[in-house]
Amino acid sequence: MPQQSVREAIRDAMSEEMRADKRVFLIGEEVADYQGAYKCSQGMVQEFGDKRVIDTPIAELGFTGIAVGAGMAGLRPIVEYMTWNFALLATDHILNSAAKTLYMSGGKVGCPIVFRGLNGVAAHVAAQHSQDFANWYMNIPGLKVVAPSNAADAKGLLKAAIRDDSPVVVLEHEVLYGHMGEVPEGDYITPIGKANVARAGTDVSIFAYSMMTVKALAAAEELAKQGISAEVVDLRSLRPLDVAAIKASVSKTHRAVVLEETWAAAGVGAEIMATISDHAWDELDAPVLRLSQLPVPLPYASNLETKCVPQVDDIVREVIALVGGQR
Amino acid sequence: MQAKSAMTSAMNSATPASTLKAVQAAKVGGKSGGKAALFGLPELQHWHRVMLEMRRFEEKAAALYQQKAIQGFCHLYIGQEAVAAGLKATSQADEFGGDDFITSYRCHALGLVCGLSMLEVMGELTGRVVGISKGKGGSMHMFEPSKGFWGGHGIVAAQVPLGAGIAFARKYEAEVLGQANTRVSFTLIGDGAMNAGQVFETFNMAALWQLPVVFVIENNQYGMGTSVPRAAAGELWKRGEPFGIPGEKVDGMDFLAVAEAGKRAADHCRAGKGPYLLEMDTYRYRGNSMSDPAKYRTRDDVENVRDSRDPIARLQQQLMTEHGMKESYFDEVDEAVKAAVNQCAEEALAAPQPGESELWTDVYPS
Ligand SMILES: Cc1ncc(C[n+]2csc(CCOP(=O)(O)OP(=O)(O)O)c2C)c(N)n1
Ligand SMILES: [Mg+2]
Repeated sequence: MPQQSVREAIRDAMSEEMRADKRVFLIGEEVADYQGAYKCSQGMVQEFGDKRVIDTPIAELGFTGIAVGAGMAGLRPIVEYMTWNFALLATDHILNSAAKTLYMSGGKVGCPIVFRGLNGVAAHVAAQHSQDFANWYMNIPGLKVVAPSNAADAKGLLKAAIRDDSPVVVLEHEVLYGHMGEVPEGDYITPIGKANVARAGTDVSIFAYSMMTVKALAAAEELAKQGISAEVVDLRSLRPLDVAAIKASVSKTHRAVVLEETWAAAGVGAEIMATISDHAWDELDAPVLRLSQLPVPLPYASNLETKCVPQVDDIVREVIALVGGQR
Repeated sequence: MQAKSAMTSAMNSATPASTLKAVQAAKVGGKSGGKAALFGLPELQHWHRVMLEMRRFEEKAAALYQQKAIQGFCHLYIGQEAVAAGLKATSQADEFGGDDFITSYRCHALGLVCGLSMLEVMGELTGRVVGISKGKGGSMHMFEPSKGFWGGHGIVAAQVPLGAGIAFARKYEAEVLGQANTRVSFTLIGDGAMNAGQVFETFNMAALWQLPVVFVIENNQYGMGTSVPRAAAGELWKRGEPFGIPGEKVDGMDFLAVAEAGKRAADHCRAGKGPYLLEMDTYRYRGNSMSDPAKYRTRDDVENVRDSRDPIARLQQQLMTEHGMKESYFDEVDEAVKAAVNQCAEEALAAPQPGESELWTDVYPS
């Protein structure tokens, strides 16, 4: 299988779908001439022209509303946000216009649209440019939310999102854009709503998504050296959640750790913990542990920044404590 | 009967933005007769009846609200009928693909004008399964894309980029998908909504991308309890000017003036010249919603407008003086319209509420 970076996988997903369906177009800041602020649309305006790869002014609320209107009217827009931090300005149209109108119209007006861009903790850019919004969007009926951790899923989930008739939020990660991985050739689709056991294990289940899956896998490697067999479940889809996969893994290992880049309060971890409580309470041999960003705006200084977000060492230490029963 | 003259001035659309200047367009409506060619007598009779249907329908909605058969928010269109009717009257006929219409929560009358049945609208107001949204949207959320009616949006100004987005799709269909279409998106905007940032963002992109969208400001003088001069700096019809979007102020209480301006604007869009802006000078007789006692103006203020500028009385007067129609004709039409309205209310109230299974449908496409 060919090796690709996540950013190339994203570009290929968009390009393949745009070749297959002329209703699909890409719109956002710097997506055309600049080739994407993070080069995710490299070469696309050259291939598809500026009627289908569209640079917008810096007006997230307005261009999101225009894209949602175009989606309602029958096109299939891909909206790129330079980062999800800036999409805060557009949340009204993501939530009130895209996610709710199908219901409010009794099924008459849907919106097949993809909202994508980088999410989570980027490197050294301070609080306003570094936040994980996964829990915000997974709260919303009418939206689907995916957060890939590798190149194959970045391609497969994005292609699935573009073909989906619902509005889909795709949470990418700046640190992952350069990560290389094997991507199956051909029309590769990762179904939305299915988690992936990224590493099988027997002693403890680590639930993660996006960048946190990468850290979980590194931690599992280290834990193996110390005689602990950790199972890493890459959630991939946050809405809908793969409840069956969560239940199956907890039933196997009887211990669970949840990783998130966002803050703990009302977070992704809280939702997974509640899911485990609802569906696998009797399987637990220990309380569920969650590792989250510390509840402060992300600081700039590298020592503080590192401390703020769960790191591989933290995961290893906490899992050992959990499995050893010494917490 | 026309207290205020039809203040219709136009920006010359062919001139570049830098040299735009307001030009005085021909006075339309009134007894000028010069515009009569737009409509023959049967059409004028039709549009008179359509406006009366809106009026009587909304009055019935108000009565049902008082009886608590309609709940929550209920924003009536009474007084503004000429805007919806006039725009629809000169919009593109269905055989040419129709046009698109989108508005705020004040959407019942626009829905009717776009071809929703009275029962579909009343059913929605009363939360019944016969409602156009199966009772799941209510007063503010009705849609029928097959008739070019795109709702029905509760967040002030949100419909503005959505309407431009529909225009974007039409242009894309023509240019990328090769589907010939000349549809125009009539995007209605409240005077209060005109102060929201997304309106300016949308004007910019609509002009930049030359989208076929007619922005129609319904200046009914108030955004809730705030009068226009207390909320808006400068004149609303000039707000397209920095973007090179031609704008006009139109007497929105005059069906003919609205129709004429709507046609002029749509022709501009259809010729590929980009967006156009119309400010409709109109008035809402009732409160912002049924729960608004409207203490920010006097009864006399409303009476004065009703007596001097009412759009339905005005068209009736024109039909009488210019076409020799008799009072008795209008009485008969009114009786028929009232009967239709009463019947739709009865049918709506007799219809069941949505079944519980409806709770779970339409969250995601099936
Ligand atoms: C973003 C937002 N802010 C506030 C409101 C509450 N609200 C509903 S109607 C209204 C007045 C809007 O006035 P205008 O735009 O003039 O439209 P009109 O009601 O006169 O048709 C307000 C403030 C809202 N629905 N959305
Ligand atoms: Mg108003």
